[in-house]
Amino acid sequence: MLDLRQYTCLGAALRDALDRFSSEICLIEADRDREKVRLTYSDFKELALPLARALEDADYDAGDRAAIIMTNQSKWLISAYAIFYCGGVLVPLDYKLNAVEHLQLLAHSKAKVLVVEYHLWRAIMESPDFQKIGTKIVLVTEAPLGVELAGAFRWEDFKRKGAPDFVERQKDDVACIVYSSGTGGRPKGCVLTHENYLEQCRALTAWYPFWPGVRYLSILPTNHAIDFMVGFIGPFVCGACVVHLRTLRPEFVRDAFVRYRITYVSLVPMIVKNLERGLRAKFDELPSWKRAYLNAMIATNRALTRRRPKVRLSRILLSNVHRGFGGEVLALITGGAFMEPSTMQFFYDLGIPVVNGYGLTEAGTALTLNDLKPFRADTVGKPLPGVELRILNPDADGVGEVAARSKTVMSHYLDDPELTLETIVDGWLLTGDLGRFENGGHLQLFGRKKNMIVTEGGKNIYPEDIETVFDGLPVKEYTVFAANYIWPMKELGRESLVLALRLEQNQKFDSKLLEDISARNRRLPDFKRVGGYLIWEKDFPRTASMKIKRQVLAEEIGKSVERDKIVEF
Amino acid sequence: METAEKTLDEILTLAAAHFKVPREKLSPDEDFFKALGIDSLQTLDLLTKLENHFRVELPDYELQGVTDFRTLAARIQARL
Repeated sequence: MLDLRQYTCLGAALRDALDRFSSEICLIEADRDREKVRLTYSDFKELALPLARALEDADYDAGDRAAIIMTNQSKWLISAYAIFYCGGVLVPLDYKLNAVEHLQLLAHSKAKVLVVEYHLWRAIMESPDFQKIGTKIVLVTEAPLGVELAGAFRWEDFKRKGAPDFVERQKDDVACIVYSSGTGGRPKGCVLTHENYLEQCRALTAWYPFWPGVRYLSILPTNHAIDFMVGFIGPFVCGACVVHLRTLRPEFVRDAFVRYRITYVSLVPMIVKNLERGLRAKFDELPSWKRAYLNAMIATNRALTRRRPKVRLSRILLSNVHRGFGGEVLALITGGAFMEPSTMQFFYDLGIPVVNGYGLTEAGTALTLNDLKPFRADTVGKPLPGVELRILNPDADGVGEVAARSKTVMSHYLDDPELTLETIVDGWLLTGDLGRFENGGHLQLFGRKKNMIVTEGGKNIYPEDIETVFDGLPVKEYTVFAANYIWPMKELGRESLVLALRLEQNQKFDSKLLEDISARNRRLPDFKRVGGYLIWEKDFPRTASMKIKRQVLAEEIGKSVERDKIVEF
Repeated sequence: METAEKTLDEILTLAAAHFKVPREKLSPDEDFFKALGIDSLQTLDLLTKLENHFRVELPDYELQGVTDFRTLAARIQARL
């Protein structure tokens, strides 16, 4: 791999990688079982530089922001490289947000350029707020010929001949603005520098290196910190290959493992659990003698890999299982949400380690990672090289808020100095997560101090962001909480949102109101929905500026109402 | 050419059979995650079945945010 200490910016590291590994395959893109794109590093460069030149000719300058709203595909990475080549700042937006949310974040980030897939652009054009869009240059990929694009350009035609000027950036220049949340309420745009990414990449590849021949299956959205690092920057600076699928249907994902002999993949816990369910069902269908043989092989593998994984041995002992995964999988990577230890143990015993970790967008990709020396299903691993962690105000069990100091911690929140001051104190990032250190330096997590949840699909949901859907609800007042914020659990999992309602005097909670609440709730994407409600009999405590004192209210509710009094929808 | 109503009816019948719930318990405007007690991954299994039945291919983005049978039927109908 490249020696990243030599570089001051991502653009330069990627530029050198494209030359150094020119004949290696860097990208494969398939739609279901049809392969659409296969690019060498040299092909990638030939596609990206005319785009960079066209951007420069359109007055896209160093430090200008460019947003990408796309599913995982080759044009995402080609566009991102072209943006870095011009010295630009990348704003990767979540393609799963709706058009109104996209427009809000485009406005907040002040993106000068937008690269977007046609179906997403169509939705943005149809939004009532579309006229307010301030983005100057919009490049739309895969637009059918002749369709109305409202002044946008077709990405495929937006290219110019002639070598673009490479614009070098310094380590503390901004590389990306990544939104960790805040579409409906207070946008949290994490401003990450080139140094943040270069250091993160060095730390991760020190433990889990890529090399030419490695194939990484990119399923998590590339706008997410994990895939951006391990599905783009990491593999590219090591000469490895990224495989994109245009569908995430389980049957095609399974095929891709075999077809492309995948080495690594990052998955959210929900998908890992689904894989486990599928495998267990298959095992249950085996005739009893085969099942007994399989159980014996699993037990043998478990005994022989107690200290560390032994991939070659596991592939021999459990050859049928490994063949189903393509035969070359080294690990499944997971993070960002709670992963059940039993699921991790299940895969580890099959010789397919689930490497879990802990991180947050504010700290790049990951702060801790399991190094598998030995495998531990009950922790989120050890701090990565260069990461210092502290437990603030630990209780008698050693549990307190996790604080982090590292060169991977973001510079600040975009246009929010107040929130930055609350979050980064004396150089330490306050994570809002509760944890403690175990013997051996492993971090264990015990829930959250902050009012938020992380879904099994790895989504951060802040209650403030979804309250707008209940605007105008005919009650005196309402607010949304993470249930674990009201009733701290000291464990991970069982995360849900609860709607606290204060009715008008003499108002009855009737079926009409329930239907109104349910209908509004259904308007939210399934992963953002509120799980239940509770009726609160007192006025909400408020500040002088009439903001709800959430923490005070949560404490009051927690003291006088039992968690099982939540009425589920 | 199937009519929109027939498409919707067939989807409800297939969904009921796939997830082993009585057909009469499903209604067109109902949230199918809730009606069938399924998660988004299980929905994908149903979609594969529907694609095979109607011989259409639905890109993932067409289904983003779709939670009721009527909208799903409209998306399939548009591709028949």
